Amino acid sequence: MPGMIGKKIGMTSLFDDNGKNLPCTVLEVTPNVVTQLKTEDRDGYSAVQLGYGQRREKSTPRALAGHFKKAKVEPCEKLHEFANDFGDMDLKPGVAISLEDFTQEGEFVDVSGTTKGKGFQGVVKRHGFHGAGEITHGQHGRERVPGAIGAGSDPSRVFKGMRMAGRTGGKPVMVENLQVLKLDAEKNIMVLKGSVPGPKNSLVTITK
Amino acid sequence: MDLVKYVQEQYVEKNDVPDFKAGDTITVYYKIKEGNKERIQFFRGVVLQRRGSGATETFTIRKISGNVGVERIFPINMPTLDKIEINKRGKVRRARIFYQRGRTGKAARIKEGRR
Repeated sequence: MPGMIGKKIGMTSLFDDNGKNLPCTVLEVTPNVVTQLKTEDRDGYSAVQLGYGQRREKSTPRALAGHFKKAKVEPCEKLHEFANDFGDMDLKPGVAISLEDFTQEGEFVDVSGTTKGKGFQGVVKRHGFHGAGEITHGQHGRERVPGAIGAGSDPSRVFKGMRMAGRTGGKPVMVENLQVLKLDAEKNIMVLKGSVPGPKNSLVTITK
Repeated sequence: MDLVKYVQEQYVEKNDVPDFKAGDTITVYYKIKEGNKERIQFFRGVVLQRRGSGATETFTIRKISGNVGVERIFPINMPTLDKIEINKRGKVRRARIFYQRGRTGKAARIKEGRR
């Protein structure tokens, strides 16, 4: 099956068999519920819509409430569509998919989420520039500036796409090939090696 | 945060270490692998700090090797740790004694005390 929705809980570190200390991320992946099946005839493409978590009835918009009612499931916190290669699993709205059906320890997965928003940042933080000037030799105030942004009277303009200061973070990012170190089906916990985009308690999609 | 703690308790084996603090002189015995043979090496020095909590706690120890200061950071729960021996209980007033880095010779002595 192609993917699931989970929640980032936080980071810690574990030791592997050789005594190496590995950084790892803990994800909570409670069973995902199938909320809708998209078919070639009706929707023009084939996909499976999964729902994660719980949402209070009060804070569920009417349109969404109708959608959940049609599928006969409890209101979900987040919905996500995955391409339909679920193999020979018997899928229909209301079926819960657990972590065990998705992956095993030792496998590799990709995780996508929204990175932490960092606001308006300069070029050093945003693009990894090194600053134009030196700290000493009588110079000052040039430690974090971008330097030149182009040539002079020819071309008489700044090229499009020039890397400059601006809004940083808060955009979707996928991290590929994270190894599944531990899987606890009872507690719905998944421990991945490495880091995952976004703050704690943010929702991420895990794909293979 | 609860689930992170659960993961730590579930998968990290806690080492049984004696109670030591910054200022103490300790010897850390740890296993190292050479090819497929395993042997035990030790590192003896003054504890500069203990840092963090739970399964990810670490400590820093410093010794003078020849003429250069050498510092090593050990995770308390690392699986290759064999044992920790306390050689001297030092009496210091802070939890982290980084001022020790700037001192050599007579000035680097630490008063003994505290049982």
